[in-house]
Amino acid sequence: MERPGSLVGTSVPRVDGVAKVTGRALYLDDLDAPGAWFGQTVRSQVCHGVLEAVELDPAFDWSQVVVVTSADIWGKNLIALIEDDQPALAPIGGRVMHRDEAVALVAAPTRALAFAAARAVRPRIAERPAVLDVADALAVTQPLYGTTNVFKQLWIRKGHASDAELEAAFAGAAQVIEGCYSTSPQEQMYIEPQAMMAEWRDGRCHIVGSMQCPYYVHKAMKALLACEGDGVVIAQSVTGGGFGGKEEYPSMLAAHVALLAHKARRAVKIVYDRDEDIAATTKRHPCRTTHRLAVDARGELLAIDIDVVMDGGAYLTLSPVVLSRGVLHAAGPYRCPIVRVRGRVVATNYPPHGAFRGFGAPQTTFAYERQIQKLARLRGEDPLALRKRLALGVGDTTATGQRLDASVGSAEVLAAIEAVAGTPPVARGTSSRGAPVRRGRGVCFYFHGAGFTGSGEQRLAGRATVAAVDGRFEVRSSSSDMGQGSITIFTQLAAGALGVDPAHIVVVEPSTARVPDSGPTVASRTAMVVGGLVARAAAAVREQLEAWAAGHGLTGSLVELARAHAAVVRAELVETIGYEPPPGIEWDDATYTGSAYPVYGWGACLVDVEVDLDSYEVAITRCVQAIDVGKALNPVIVRGQIEGGTLQALGWAVLENVVYKDGKVWNASMTNCIVPTFADAPDLETILVEVPYPFGPSGAKGVGEIPMDGPAAAVANAVEDALGCAFDSLPISPEAIAAARGRWDPA
Amino acid sequence: MRLVVEVNGAPRTVECSPWKRLLDVLRDELRLTGTKEGCGEGECGACTVLLDGEAVNSCLVAIGQCDGRGVVTVEGLARGELHAVQRALVACGGAQCGICTPGIAVCAAHIVDSGLVDAADGGRSARDRVRELLAGNICRCTGYQLIVDAVIEAAREVLAR
Amino acid sequence: MTDPAYLRPRELDEALAARAAHPDWMVLAGGTDLMVNANHRAAPAGILDLWRLPATCFVRVADDAIAIGAGTTWHDVLRHPAIRERLAPLAAAAREIGALQIQARATLGGNVATSSPVGDSLPVLLALDAELEVASVRGHRRVPYHAWCTGYRTTQLAADELIVCAHVPVPGPTTRTAWRKVGTRRAQSISKVMAAAAITLDGDTVVSARVALGAVADRPIRASAVEAAVRGQRLGVAAEAARAAVRAAIQPIDDVRSTARYRRDVAENLVARFFSVS
Repeated sequence: MERPGSLVGTSVPRVDGVAKVTGRALYLDDLDAPGAWFGQTVRSQVCHGVLEAVELDPAFDWSQVVVVTSADIWGKNLIALIEDDQPALAPIGGRVMHRDEAVALVAAPTRALAFAAARAVRPRIAERPAVLDVADALAVTQPLYGTTNVFKQLWIRKGHASDAELEAAFAGAAQVIEGCYSTSPQEQMYIEPQAMMAEWRDGRCHIVGSMQCPYYVHKAMKALLACEGDGVVIAQSVTGGGFGGKEEYPSMLAAHVALLAHKARRAVKIVYDRDEDIAATTKRHPCRTTHRLAVDARGELLAIDIDVVMDGGAYLTLSPVVLSRGVLHAAGPYRCPIVRVRGRVVATNYPPHGAFRGFGAPQTTFAYERQIQKLARLRGEDPLALRKRLALGVGDTTATGQRLDASVGSAEVLAAIEAVAGTPPVARGTSSRGAPVRRGRGVCFYFHGAGFTGSGEQRLAGRATVAAVDGRFEVRSSSSDMGQGSITIFTQLAAGALGVDPAHIVVVEPSTARVPDSGPTVASRTAMVVGGLVARAAAAVREQLEAWAAGHGLTGSLVELARAHAAVVRAELVETIGYEPPPGIEWDDATYTGSAYPVYGWGACLVDVEVDLDSYEVAITRCVQAIDVGKALNPVIVRGQIEGGTLQALGWAVLENVVYKDGKVWNASMTNCIVPTFADAPDLETILVEVPYPFGPSGAKGVGEIPMDGPAAAVANAVEDALGCAFDSLPISPEAIAAARGRWDPA
Repeated sequence: MRLVVEVNGAPRTVECSPWKRLLDVLRDELRLTGTKEGCGEGECGACTVLLDGEAVNSCLVAIGQCDGRGVVTVEGLARGELHAVQRALVACGGAQCGICTPGIAVCAAHIVDSGLVDAADGGRSARDRVRELLAGNICRCTGYQLIVDAVIEAAREVLAR
Repeated sequence: MTDPAYLRPRELDEALAARAAHPDWMVLAGGTDLMVNANHRAAPAGILDLWRLPATCFVRVADDAIAIGAGTTWHDVLRHPAIRERLAPLAAAAREIGALQIQARATLGGNVATSSPVGDSLPVLLALDAELEVASVRGHRRVPYHAWCTGYRTTQLAADELIVCAHVPVPGPTTRTAWRKVGTRRAQSISKVMAAAAITLDGDTVVSARVALGAVADRPIRASAVEAAVRGQRLGVAAEAARAAVRAAIQPIDDVRSTARYRRDVAENLVARFFSVS
């Protein structure tokens, strides 16, 4: 598909780079909005209850304020996503399900007045007992969702017809390792807080804001505002980070500004304060995984039995899909004939959890890589050698019975780590501060299914368009660049397929008025799936132009031909390509068997740590990631993705946490909900491995999420190597290390 | 209160409460939206500007305190051509979503122009020094690696001049 | 609602007069505490802007003490050659306050006036036995820093007073100093535990010591039980005595950032380290 001179595979500087370094890129709060009012959200101070009324303080001057409650919603009071259980505003007379749930909205001409007005709104909520514990949820002390409080349950079964068969495999094993692993909630901490603006004009609602999925918002608004598809236009503004945190939540915010703008009869924008953003928006699902594995005398895996329980928070949102991905990755990238995985995601009265890079896989990867590490220790086997021995390769089948055939870089990533590992750090020493330290090394091996599960991509039926317009070429897709560089990647792919200089490519703003639905910007699918559509659409445009030119006896560069076409035909030349699945993707949603993902990315990670024995802090002194990306369409951009995801994982492992008190986020400020600084990060080493995927553009497959999945387990493995005892809960905080002193290897 | 602040080399007159944050005056009054708000509490550095030549969090400065003083924002870094730090950030891939980038560009330009990094070294200690000096700027996208590369490269270029 | 008044005094007398006339005005220098979330806080009645007030911006080096003006920023402190050489723990603390942007604005006076239990420089001032000089229209007075804190975020500062400077004695040749902050992360962090010490030695034997702890009480504290336990002990033995004394001396709390148990464990470790054989 690539023409000679294509820049696909080269580190072309970002198309939007100069705009970003000069401060000229316009994020939502930068947009000129003369006359726009500012909105604020009134939130529940109760975890669970019934909203009896929304009262207004009579002493406050309401003359310049608009107030919106559920009573103002003329369509359906819900945020349409997978199910219809989450309201846009807690219904008066109905249930409030979590702290900081939106109960009412205000808008006013100034931020200060809106802030003050929000404080003068008095929701009256009759409190009910809250469910703040997964065990209580499963025991149904309060029915929050259906009769079981289980949003979703999934099973994977491989190689056994009955539970008795599974138990027999365990009974006949030479060794059984069992462990319980828990991972913490995590805040995405995009540096641009959630932001959205709406205005009603020409009989339509125009919404613009920070988001990953314009068509998700579009679908949600049609239901809320009871309008047809052309009744609402959704556009993405330059987005300052998402990581999944702007996958589903923006629909809620869009609902709020749309309602306020309608009542106020003017544009209204809402930009969350950081504290509010941390308190009210989605987090990574906390997860508890029980993992049992059985090996024979040769150290081959005989059976794996896993139970995954995730806390979904108060509403279903995306929990079934997070659970799905977690469960599909739970058995890990290892050969095993018998696998049973049970997964449940459960309703509680915490603010709903949601999408965050990795989307369930980091949680279950942590569990399986800790187990594999324990297996290596038990057998006295080198951790990398054991993983190499057990790793899935071409021809092997996964836990769902998927036979791996193409683009399986498992051996390559392990070999890459082995090649650079070098001597492990000296086990004992003194830090630069004069404190004694213990050092350790940990490795891990993991995989990540790229794209939507099973037939998900077919159901999405994503489309992308390339159009020749007056001698330049427009790429039209709903994919949102949130920093991962999709604008640049699409530019390279389109330019490469057209055979033109990238300067002739324009990737248009993702507005539902201008672009087709390419599917959401999630699931590591943007380059691999949508990029593929873009490349094919571009190739189709070239073919059409060349055919037209030949028919008119014209020659010249493609740009010249495009200008000629525009001058003569006076119309755009538009090619839209829809998704077609690669052959052989058979997936049974009822039995959870078959090809779960079209292709997998593969990763191996090495981490060296130094534990300060005075402060119990873990310093990460070295981190190497080797990732099979199929094809690095832009090596610098791919490196940037890997390094960013890696540091998020390292932060999750030792530094980050979301702490709740009485169902409310207790550390809801950037001061207390910390992420790594420059000084916390080691120099990250990245090895790009390329085992091309035949159905990805130029061989590329998804890379956005995979770097997040592995490093936390590598850190835990390294700390175990340093201290001699297991750390099976995240975060591996200094407090946890100090409390485990009695279990360390003696000095 | 009526006050005069020199912003990017030009005197600007502002009429507002002395309590208003410098960040808000820049963004709302002067429509210089390059400087961003990420946290409002001086943690993230997205609001970094130079005030009388020092890199500060503009969310923590009251505008009254800026009367008669000089401010440089990201919009004022490029003079004709991009500052070395801006060029290096583009060339090295040090900007992804870009929301932290103005704050980092301002802080890094200050660090480089003030000679706070001995880039002749370019090795571990120079990189560690860059990390320490930029620790008040949080980036969630990059993992920091390519930004450190960019600042070292810019420091080398400025040193060579 | 009218805007707050704003005054930028040029001389100390002008500042003191304003302070006396308007005790409800906010005394603002670097603003790194007072301006947090300022857009959501009610404006003060007036702002007394002491940023770079010359009478409070100085470092005066004498043989036995260094006087550091209240308006001196941590950036000024950590770069000053005499402070780096002779009051090393203060320079070390300055370097770990926030990060570059905070160090450029936060002042010694601000840290002392706010008197947060996690104020990073405060245990150092205690351990070095600093003395504060404060002034009002009624005159100047000196307050030993160890008497300054009277409760949680409460100090001896009267409503009409301003802090002029800290007089910090330079430790003698036989006194070694030490300091460590353990925060939530490597930079831009709130302290979980801090310890500072000035230890006078005769060879290997502790003649006397001043040991201060931060973030383990409602104010920075002198660990007098530790100081008594180590007197006359040799380094090494003193470490174990210090550890036991720390354990008994503090009741830190669980909070959003850490646990009482962790704070106690780490405080013991830090103080014991000070008295170890190096």
